[in-house]
Amino acid sequence: MSREIAVVAFVQTEHTGEDTGASETELLAPVITEIKERTGRNRFDFTCSGSNDYLVGAPFSFVSALDAIGAWPPISESHVEMDAAWALYEAWVKLRIGAIDTALVYGFGKTSQGDYPAVFTQLLDPYYLAPLGVDADSLAALQARAYLERSGAKEDDLRAVAARSRAAGRENRFALDLDDPAADAPYGVAPLRAHDVAPVTDGAAAIVLAAGDAARDLCERPAWIRGIDHRAEAHSPGVRDLSVSNAARLAGEKSGASGIEVAELHARYSHEELILREALGLGEEVAVNPSGGPLAADPVMATGLIRIGEAAARIHDGTANRTLGHAASGPCLQQNLVCVLSGDSNG
Amino acid sequence: MPSEATSQAPNHILEFPGGYTRSVGPVIGRFLSELRDGNLVGVRTRAGRVLFPPLEYDPDTGDAVTGEFVPVGPVGTVTTWSWVAHPRAEHPLDRPFAWALIRPDGADTAILHALDAGVLEPGAAAPKHLRTGMRVRAQWKDDRVGDINDIAAFRPEVTMITAPTRLAYRLKGGRALDRFLEGISEGRIIGHRCPVCEQVIVPMKGLCPRDGVPTSEEVELPHTGTVTTFAVNNLPDPRAPEVPFVSAYILLDGADLTMLTLVAGIPADQVRMGMRVKAAWKPREEWGRTMANIRWFEPLDEPDVPFDAIKDYL
Repeated sequence: MSREIAVVAFVQTEHTGEDTGASETELLAPVITEIKERTGRNRFDFTCSGSNDYLVGAPFSFVSALDAIGAWPPISESHVEMDAAWALYEAWVKLRIGAIDTALVYGFGKTSQGDYPAVFTQLLDPYYLAPLGVDADSLAALQARAYLERSGAKEDDLRAVAARSRAAGRENRFALDLDDPAADAPYGVAPLRAHDVAPVTDGAAAIVLAAGDAARDLCERPAWIRGIDHRAEAHSPGVRDLSVSNAARLAGEKSGASGIEVAELHARYSHEELILREALGLGEEVAVNPSGGPLAADPVMATGLIRIGEAAARIHDGTANRTLGHAASGPCLQQNLVCVLSGDSNG
Repeated sequence: MPSEATSQAPNHILEFPGGYTRSVGPVIGRFLSELRDGNLVGVRTRAGRVLFPPLEYDPDTGDAVTGEFVPVGPVGTVTTWSWVAHPRAEHPLDRPFAWALIRPDGADTAILHALDAGVLEPGAAAPKHLRTGMRVRAQWKDDRVGDINDIAAFRPEVTMITAPTRLAYRLKGGRALDRFLEGISEGRIIGHRCPVCEQVIVPMKGLCPRDGVPTSEEVELPHTGTVTTFAVNNLPDPRAPEVPFVSAYILLDGADLTMLTLVAGIPADQVRMGMRVKAAWKPREEWGRTMANIRWFEPLDEPDVPFDAIKDYL
């Protein structure tokens, strides 16, 4: 019988919409320092990070970031070139099967120095997609129209998502202060308008996972991972129905996503929240993205980890007992990770 | 939201000079070779579906595909699209265009490519004819190299042509109309009174349409009248001041038949049946033997005529 694993600490930067001059490592270091203080630990049994070298255009930039954690041997360390939510998954697996009790997971992203939609092009299929120069926003807009035409939802429904997210973001000191969206805001790539697209953001976040009694020692009210699962669609956007997310639906089913009170969804575009709500069966009674979500702050590569952190924080502070963190990756919600958290250790 | 980094000149470039070479394998290689020849081919899966563009595996099952390549298209259906009003430097077209997923006839999956909607100004909104379900086909480049960009873009199927329509005539209006236009060329509106029914006909035809008898008694009419009925036109016309414009039947004071003319000098949605109007003449130096001497009719500052007074002239 595998041990139970919990999120016991979550720390994030006050994310910014412009380059403040801090390097990725400098963004990350205060977060690591704070989570060490929070947990009273200087070393963790395992460390895993998620980041993207293309954001700063420097090979192995994640290795430089190791300076922030004091990577002096011996150290058990790993990295995923994905959102750090997938680093959390790797750490969770290691905790479930290994003789370790704690793991540090972190992610960081600095999109202000480059052109993220163009960076995204380079992660696409190099034969059929990248040579066309198709960017992240253009692909998302294809999915937005497919969803609007299938569901009958209107552009006003998208704006309502953006308005709610931005209002929540203004109440969250870690998110950006963004204006209420205007009905006549210009299109970016139609049918998406500027407010339907996640803002350029710099930031970092860290989570500590712990198993069993170690979790109870480190946290008064651990957020126990009741289920975690990730699923991927085929990469090509032309081989699937873009108006739905079967991968999110499946990940939700496998992770036991029911009875959810608060859901933090990695929706970088407003229509993605509507597709994900449907796929995960989240009704009107579920508070979605009370932090403001990615539409209020999107430190790419940490954004998905922050969703799990925010969902865990609602349990840590006692305001909810069953929450959901979701992370996505790839074009048009290609990959989806769902993490169901509970204040009850036995489910 | 352009960040400062994107609005300043870059100080760091990540680039593989000359581009990165990649082997393509037998499946994608076959597709690209056919593309270079101007052919669209998909590949059949073991389950019988046709993947286009071809993949080495069935995305549903992960099974290797068969070796059977299947011609598809040339026409395809748009399954979704997005509109780029301001193309990026990396984009295949430098003017507004659509991205589209296009499923060619005979294929079970779609290709992503650009959809060329024609020559448009930067920032232009999507043309109204773009829609999911529209039929498109590839526009091939002349110098093809075996690359996804051998297709310059997709273009809508031809659904309409513009046919030349022009005939030339040398028209004469006839004697009665000549006499009417002679009056107009002097700034006068002349009609005929019927010797039988005594109604005044303007412009006259030299015959009474009611009694079928010749008419010759001339009556000069005032330049004021009443709108009996009208239509709002939304297609531009060189004679009209703007779109929308109003064409109306006017009953000149003292006349018993209405004449068709333009009404202007008032917003189209404020024109009324029974509205009093007067002729607006062009400057005298521009007059000729033509009804164009009267540019249109304009509102008079007089109360409307009750419906009963015009109902017999509709």
